[in-house]
Amino acid sequence: MTGLAAAYRRFSFLRQALLAAMMLALLVSFVADVATGPSLFPLADIWRGLFDAQSLSAAQAVILWDVRLPYAVMAVLVGAALGLAGAEMQTALNNPLASPFTLGIAAAATFGASLAIVLGLDFSGLGEHLAIPLMAFLFAAAATLLILVLSRSYGASTDTVVLFGIALLFTFEALGWLLQFIADSDALQQIVFWTMGSLARATWPKIAVVAAVFAVCFAFSLRQVWVMTALRGGEEQARSFGIAVERLRLVVLLRVSLLAAAALAFVGTIGFVGLVGPHIARLLLGEDHRFYLPGAALAGALMLSLASIASKSLIPGVVLPIGIVTALVGVPLFMALILGRRQRG
Amino acid sequence: MRAGLEVCGLTAGYGARQVLTDLSLPLLPPGTLAAVVGANAAGKSTLLKAIAGLRPARGQVLLDGEDLGRLGLAARLARVGYLPQQLPQGTALVVYEAIVSALRASRRDLTAADAEAAVERVFDSLALRPLALRRLDELSGGQRQMVGLAQTMVRDPKLLLLDEPTSALDLRWQLQVLETVRALTRRHQTVGLIAIHDLNLALRFCDRIVVLGNGGLLAAGDPAAAFNAETLRRAYGVEGRVESCSLGYRIVLVDRTLETTS
Repeated sequence: MTGLAAAYRRFSFLRQALLAAMMLALLVSFVADVATGPSLFPLADIWRGLFDAQSLSAAQAVILWDVRLPYAVMAVLVGAALGLAGAEMQTALNNPLASPFTLGIAAAATFGASLAIVLGLDFSGLGEHLAIPLMAFLFAAAATLLILVLSRSYGASTDTVVLFGIALLFTFEALGWLLQFIADSDALQQIVFWTMGSLARATWPKIAVVAAVFAVCFAFSLRQVWVMTALRGGEEQARSFGIAVERLRLVVLLRVSLLAAAALAFVGTIGFVGLVGPHIARLLLGEDHRFYLPGAALAGALMLSLASIASKSLIPGVVLPIGIVTALVGVPLFMALILGRRQRG
Repeated sequence: MRAGLEVCGLTAGYGARQVLTDLSLPLLPPGTLAAVVGANAAGKSTLLKAIAGLRPARGQVLLDGEDLGRLGLAARLARVGYLPQQLPQGTALVVYEAIVSALRASRRDLTAADAEAAVERVFDSLALRPLALRRLDELSGGQRQMVGLAQTMVRDPKLLLLDEPTSALDLRWQLQVLETVRALTRRHQTVGLIAIHDLNLALRFCDRIVVLGNGGLLAAGDPAAAFNAETLRRAYGVEGRVESCSLGYRIVLVDRTLETTS
């Protein structure tokens, strides 16, 4: 190993330690999330119940396997998916304000869900309540496809992609308001609740879908860490290294859209994580995407896991929609990091 | 086979607008540093991008006898190092990461050990070791330009194309960057082509000069022979002189404009 490489290894050891610390914090948060809830359920009983189903009463088994665990796992997965999607989006569009919301993907998902609610779709053959996530996913995927087709036709410069995204965002928002305007009061209430985001919609099959999408996308992301890092140094520079920047951008957008569509379809609109998760990772780990991408996924997962705990703890006996709590938990964490960094100079 | 760079009948532009038409350059042998000068929109950047393969062009570009037009873009850019006009972006990447990613992104076949050795060589070659762990957003413009140069050189190109590498730099960094480029081209026997506005720097550091104007070549060759009052008039529409200063450097003095442009 060369002297310089050894010096860099020592330097990057801190980043690896920070990634490990984030993982540990996520594990602690996950356990706390499972242990938190309106019903009294000691941690020791939960631990025993995980390995010995007979040790739990029927009610406890339902609480653990159908409520607490799916909520906690879904919080981690959705947070990780949104964090990763935001990080990739910010690099691909060279814009620190980019997130899955920038391109109107979340607005499309919301419109799809609203349409299912207003039209009373049930797709009864596919199972209860599947119409809403399915429509949310279909519209998010359609929005993605539209952006990709338009970007391919008109050149995938960052400006073009962002402008198409913003146009889609406003279009779907306007259509969503139109639906809300004509919806009856029950449907309107459901739409509003959906847009607040909720982990209460988590089930194991949905978790499996989000987990599979995240695993596949993350694997492909890791294959592209060097080109993404090179792109972060400047688009013209990346082009001069022989990187096909437009193609890379389209591939990343496809990945981001899949992640966002899968995450948002099942839990509703959860903002902020996709925007701030990457910033937390950047502050802690820099922008070498070998550290930055896993860091953004971990930061997103940690933020949503903490938000899940807060959603069950802020008002005793009430589980708040997680979309409301996310920013309330995330902003102090984010501000602490920014101010801490400024004080260190 | 003739060693060095040859450009024959190059035509390039933006859409329907041709910027360069049927441009040919005399052979630039290995170890030569040539300046490409000319008025705004004369086609300096277009020429460099067309040679690199980053802009569609017709005609032949031969490097050591090999027709670069027959290569795919990745293979072409493995031989040609192009430094864009924009400085590397100020980000949270540290210099070591910016340079190693430039290499690993374009050369997937390299082992980590080979990449580290190549990076180490370029750090030594450009005296960048003190900056290795500094973030790009903490560097001055001159330091970032040196990083850009290192990102280009780490891929060990046979041809170095630099698009206005001194335009954003102060006087000290202008000299430092060009001294480094001249030393690198000689040491590595690379052909260097620099698009540059500053004629005094071009005359001081470059072995050849290529003057562009009216969509083609106005003059090319040794600076003393190719650059004179007539070239100034034709390329820039100014009346001026090329004189020698007390240190022996050739300097351009402009007396007046010959015509106004609107």
